Amino acid sequence: MQQYLYLIPALPLAGFLVLSLAGRYLSRNFIAGIGAGSICISALITILLSARFLQSPPETGAYTQVLWHWFSVEGLVSNISLRVDSLSLVFICIITFIGALIHIYSIAFMREDRDYARFFASMNLFVCAMLMLVMADNLVLLYLGWEGVGLCSYLLIGFWYETPGNYRAANKAFVITRIGDTAMIIGLFLLFKELGTLYIPDVLARATQHFSSGADGVTLIAILLLCGGMGKSAQLPLQTWLPDAMAGPSPVSALIHAATMVTAGVYLIARMHTIFELSPVAMQITAIVGAVTLFVAGCSAMVQTDIKRILAYSTISQIGYMFLALGVGAWSAGIFHFFTHAFFKALLFLAAGAVIETLHHEHNIFKMGGLRKTMPVIFWTFTIGAAALAALPLVTAGFFSKDQILWYAWSAGGGHPVLWALALAGAFITALYSTRLILVVFWGEMKTTPGHLPSRVMTVPLVILAFFSVAAGWIEWPHNILHVDLFSEEVQHVLPATVLKEGLPAEIVFQLIAVVVSLIGIYSGYSLYYGQSPLLQQWKQSPTVMSVRDFFFSGWRFDQLYDALIVRPFLFITRINKSDISDKLYTAIANVSMLLNRQFSVTQNGSLRWYVTGVLIGILFIITLQLLL
Amino acid sequence: MILIWMLCILLAGGILCWLAAQRQPLLARWIALITVSADLLIACWLFPVYQAFPDNSSWFINYQANWIPALGVSFHVALDGFSHILLLLTYFLGILAVLCSWKEVRERTGFYFFNLLWTLAGISGVFIAMDLFLFYFCWEIMLIPMFLLIILWGDVRRHYAAYKFFLFTQAGSLLMLLAILALYFIHGQQTGNYTFDYFALLQTALTPSTAMWTMLGFLIAFVIKLPAVPFHNWLPDAHGEAPTAGSLLLAGLLLKTGAYGIIRFVLPIFPQAAADIAPWMILIGVAGIIYGALLAFSQTDLKRLIAYTSVSHMGFVLVGVFSFSSIAMQGVVMQILTHGLSTGALFLMAGMLKERLHTRDITKMGGLWTSMPRLGGMAILLTMASAGLPALGNFIAEFFILLGTFSNNPVLSIIATLGLILSAVYSLRMMQKVFMGPLISTVPVVDLSARELIILTALSISIVVLGLFPQPVIDTVHHLSTIHPLLHE
Amino acid sequence: MAPIHAHTVLVVAAILFVLGLAGVLTRKNILFMLLSVEIMLNSAGLAFVAAGARWQQPDGQIMYLFILAMAAAEVSVALALVVQIHHQRKSLDIDQLKELKD
Repeated sequence: MQQYLYLIPALPLAGFLVLSLAGRYLSRNFIAGIGAGSICISALITILLSARFLQSPPETGAYTQVLWHWFSVEGLVSNISLRVDSLSLVFICIITFIGALIHIYSIAFMREDRDYARFFASMNLFVCAMLMLVMADNLVLLYLGWEGVGLCSYLLIGFWYETPGNYRAANKAFVITRIGDTAMIIGLFLLFKELGTLYIPDVLARATQHFSSGADGVTLIAILLLCGGMGKSAQLPLQTWLPDAMAGPSPVSALIHAATMVTAGVYLIARMHTIFELSPVAMQITAIVGAVTLFVAGCSAMVQTDIKRILAYSTISQIGYMFLALGVGAWSAGIFHFFTHAFFKALLFLAAGAVIETLHHEHNIFKMGGLRKTMPVIFWTFTIGAAALAALPLVTAGFFSKDQILWYAWSAGGGHPVLWALALAGAFITALYSTRLILVVFWGEMKTTPGHLPSRVMTVPLVILAFFSVAAGWIEWPHNILHVDLFSEEVQHVLPATVLKEGLPAEIVFQLIAVVVSLIGIYSGYSLYYGQSPLLQQWKQSPTVMSVRDFFFSGWRFDQLYDALIVRPFLFITRINKSDISDKLYTAIANVSMLLNRQFSVTQNGSLRWYVTGVLIGILFIITLQLLL
Repeated sequence: MILIWMLCILLAGGILCWLAAQRQPLLARWIALITVSADLLIACWLFPVYQAFPDNSSWFINYQANWIPALGVSFHVALDGFSHILLLLTYFLGILAVLCSWKEVRERTGFYFFNLLWTLAGISGVFIAMDLFLFYFCWEIMLIPMFLLIILWGDVRRHYAAYKFFLFTQAGSLLMLLAILALYFIHGQQTGNYTFDYFALLQTALTPSTAMWTMLGFLIAFVIKLPAVPFHNWLPDAHGEAPTAGSLLLAGLLLKTGAYGIIRFVLPIFPQAAADIAPWMILIGVAGIIYGALLAFSQTDLKRLIAYTSVSHMGFVLVGVFSFSSIAMQGVVMQILTHGLSTGALFLMAGMLKERLHTRDITKMGGLWTSMPRLGGMAILLTMASAGLPALGNFIAEFFILLGTFSNNPVLSIIATLGLILSAVYSLRMMQKVFMGPLISTVPVVDLSARELIILTALSISIVVLGLFPQPVIDTVHHLSTIHPLLHE
Repeated sequence: MAPIHAHTVLVVAAILFVLGLAGVLTRKNILFMLLSVEIMLNSAGLAFVAAGARWQQPDGQIMYLFILAMAAAEVSVALALVVQIHHQRKSLDIDQLKELKD
C-alpha cells in the first residue's frame, strides 16, 4: 500500500495539469469528470489506505515514500517525500473525502460558469497542495504545500475577478496570510540554526534533547510557528481576511475556508507538538489566542446579515476552539473538533450556497425566509449542520468535540477557569447565532421567490455530510458516559495524551453546565427571532445597543485599525516616493554639470583675438609660476 | 579552444546579420537565431564533458593564448561549473531575445541583430575571461552595443535612458580599470612578473588599506551593474525604454555580470577586505530589497515596476554573497538563474502587452484575463515566481539565501525576509491591475501567438524545473564554497 | 668685428616676438595677422640660431630649418584658407568671423 501513497496527491495534480493546459478544448462533462473524478479516486485510495493502516499499523507508526531527492546543501537535506502517520491520516481523510463531496457538488453548482475548467483546475491544485502540506515529511515541503494552498485560496477567492471587491478580498487574504507565513519561515530558519535539520521526525526527536523546557529559543520558535498558524487559520490578530474571503464561490468557502485550509494552523501546531510542549509560554499564548478569537469572532457572527459572513465568523470562532484545545494540551480534542467541524461546516457552506443560488445570489438573510417548505432537503441538512454547530447534546457531532474542549479548557494541564469561561460564553453565542440563522432563513414569510431548486447532484453530498455531522461524533464519547475513544486512541500514536489536573470537580458537572448553556443559547435565539420579539424592537431603538452592534458588525473594527496603522502609512510612503527620491542626487549632479557647461561656454565666443589673449595670459601665468617657485 | 569558437560564432554571426540584412532583412533573424542556437548546442554539449571531468570542482576547460605579451596580456579563457551555468543561461535567453524581436523590430534589422549578438558575445566573454584585461575588454564590449540597442530602438525617452545607463556603468567601469591597473602594478612590483592573468593576480599580497581601495574599485563597478541601492537609478529608465529584447538581456544577463564579478573577483582576490566590508554590503542589500519593493509597489509603468522588482531581488544576491555562508552562496547562484528567467519572462510579458495595447501604463490595462487566458495563466506563474512561491526556482534561491544569512546575521536576515511580504504585495498589485477587474481596453486583444507561447512556456517550464529539481545546479556550483576562507567554517 | 653677444640677439628675438604678438592681437585683417605670426616664428628661429651659436652646436640651425619648413607649410595652408574666406565672406575682418562660437 505504501508504494501507492504518491497517487493521493498525484491524481489531483494530474487533474490540475490536464484542466489548466487543455481545459478550454474539453467539453463540460469531461471537465467535470476529470475535476471531480481525480479527487474521488484519491478519496477511494485514501479509504483503502486508512483501512489498511488501522488494521495493521506500520511498525514505525507511519507509511513513508520518497519520491525524489529535492536538494541537499550543507546539512539541509530535503526530499519530495511523503509520510503518513495517524495525525496526517485524519487530515488526508477529511481533505479527500470532503473534497470529493464538494467537487461533486460543484459539478452542478458551477455548471453555468464560463470558466468551468479554471475552477476545477484551481480546486484540484488546492487539494494537491493541501495534501502535500499534511503529507510532507520535512518542513520545507510542508511550507511548499502551505504556500500552495495560499495561492489556490487567492485564485479561488478572486475567481470572479471582474468584480473589484473580489480581487481585493483575494489580495487581502494572500497578503495577510503571507505575513503569518513569513513569521513561520523565520521560525524554520531558527529551527534549522538550532537543530540543524528540518526533517520532521528528527526535529521532534532532537528538540527534546537540545532544548530545556521553557528555553528562550524554543519559545521563540513556537511563537513564530504559531504566527504562521494564526495567519492561515485566521486567528486574532490576523483574522480579518477570512470574512472577506467569502467573495469566492460557495464550494470554495466550504472546502478551503471552512473544512481544510484554515485548519492548516491546527495541523502545524499539532505536528510540532514537541516544540510547543517544551514551551509553556507558547502553549499559554496559543490557548489565549484561541479563547479570545472564539469569543471575538462569535460576537461578530451574532450580528452579521450576510449568510456566508455569519458562517465565516463562525469558522474563525470554531478554529479558536481548536487552538484553545491545543493550547491547553488537549491535543486529541483539538484534532477531534477539526474532524467534526469539517463535516458540519462544509455542510453549512454548501447548503448556504444552494440557498444563495436558488434565491438569485441573495446573501442577506433578512431577505430570505420561509424556505422550510420549498426546499425541504436543504432545510433539514442545514438544520442538522446548525445543530452540530450549536452542539445540540448527544445527537450531533459538534457536541462531542466541543464538550471535550470545554472540559479540558478547565481541567487539562494548561487549563484555566478564565479560558473555560470564555469558551462557555462562546458556546452560548454559537448556539444563539445558529438558531438565529435557521429561524431567519427558513421560517417566517418568504421574501424572495426561489428560482431553480438544486439538483440531485448537489443534494446528495449534503445528505452524506449531514449523516456524518451526526455520526462522526459517536466514535469518541465522553469517558464518563460511554467508553468509546476510537479517535483519541488512534491520534495518540502521534500526539501526547492529555494530562489532567488534580482535584477537579466531576466531569459530569461541566457537561451539564455546557449542555444547559447551549440550550439556553438556543432558547434565547428562539425567543428573539421566532416571530416578532419586542425585545429586539426595543434594542433597535437604543443607540448604545446599536453602536455595540455596529462594533461587532465591523469585526471589532480591526479592518479600520489596520487601515490606519499599516495600509495608509504604507500607501502614503509609496505614493510620495513614486519617482524615487534617490534619483534627485543624480539629477543634481547632472544639473551642476550643465550649469558649469553654460558658464564656461561663455568664454567660447569665437573671437580669435580673445583666444590669443587667453593663450598669452596662460603663458605668462606659467612663466610667472616658474620664476616664483 | 571551444570557448574561443563560441565567441567567434557570435561575433561573426553579428557581422553576417548586418551584411545579410542589406539584401534581405528577414535573413538576419534566421542567421541570428541559428548563431545563438549553435552556441547553446555547444554549451549543452559541454555538459557531458563537465560530468566526465574527474574533479568537478575545478576548471574543466582552460585555454590560454598570447595576445599582447609585452604587457602581460593573454587571451586566457576558462570554464568552471559556475561559468558554464551562466553561459547556458546566456544562450538560452539569447535565443528568446532573438525570438521576441522577430516581429517587434522593423527598421535596421541587420544592425539590430548585430548589436544583440555582440552584446551576447560580450556577456559570454565576461563569464569566461580569466585575464583581467580581457575581462575589462569584454565588459566594455557588452556595454556599447547595449547602449546602441537602447538609443536606436528604444521608446520615447530612449536618449535620456541610454545616456544614463552608459554614464552609470562607465563610471563604474573606469573605477574598475583603475583597480585592475593598481593590481597589475602591485603584483608586478612584488614578483617582477607583469601580468593580467587572474590566477597570478590571485596570489597578490596586499596591505589592508590598498586591498580595501582596490577592492572598492571592483566592487563599485559590480554593485552599479547589480544594481544595489543607491546606484540603481539607471535601471528603471534603461529597462523602461529599452526594446523588449533589450530589457530581457539587461534583466536576465547584464545584471548577472555584476553578481558574477563579485563572486569571481572580489571575494577570492580580496578575502580580508571583503570580509571587512561585508556587514555594510549586507545592509545595502537589505536596503535594496525593501526600497526596491516599496518603489515597485507605487509604479504605474509596467516595465519600471518590473525593473524595481529586479532591484529588490538583486538585493538578495548581495545579502547572500556577503553573508559568507555556503548555503547562501548556492542560493545566490540559484537566484542569478531564476531571477534571469522569471524577470526576463515578466519583461517579455510586458513587451507582448505593449505590442497589443501600445501602452505600458497599468492603469490603462485591466481585465485582460478574459481576453487572454493563456497569458493570464502564465502571468500567475510568473508573478508567483517573483513573490517567491515554493515549487518555483525563486523560492529555492531566496530560501537558501535567507537561511544561510540567518545563522550569521539574524536581524538583517529577518528584515530581508520581510521583503517576501512586500514582494507578495507588489506582485499581486501588478496581477490585479493588468489582468483582473473589468476590461478597460477598448482595443480588441488577441491571446498569445504560437511563437509567444513557446517563449513563455520555455521560461515557465525552466522555472518550475529549477524549483523542483535544483540539485544539479547546486552540485555544479558546489565548489564556490571554497572561494573564500570564511565559507569553509 | 666684435662677436655679437648671444644676449643681444635674444633681446632682438624677444622684441621681434612681442612685435609679432602685438600684431596678432591688434590687427583686424587676417592677412596681417598671418604676417605677424610669421614674424613670431622667425623670432623663435632667431633665438634658436643664437643659442646654437652660443653653445657651438648645430642643433640650433637644424631647428631653424624645421621652423622654416613648418612656416612654409603653414603659410601655404593659411593663405589658401584666407583666399577661401575672402571668396565666401568678401571680407578679411577677423571680428566678422565668429562662426566657431559656442
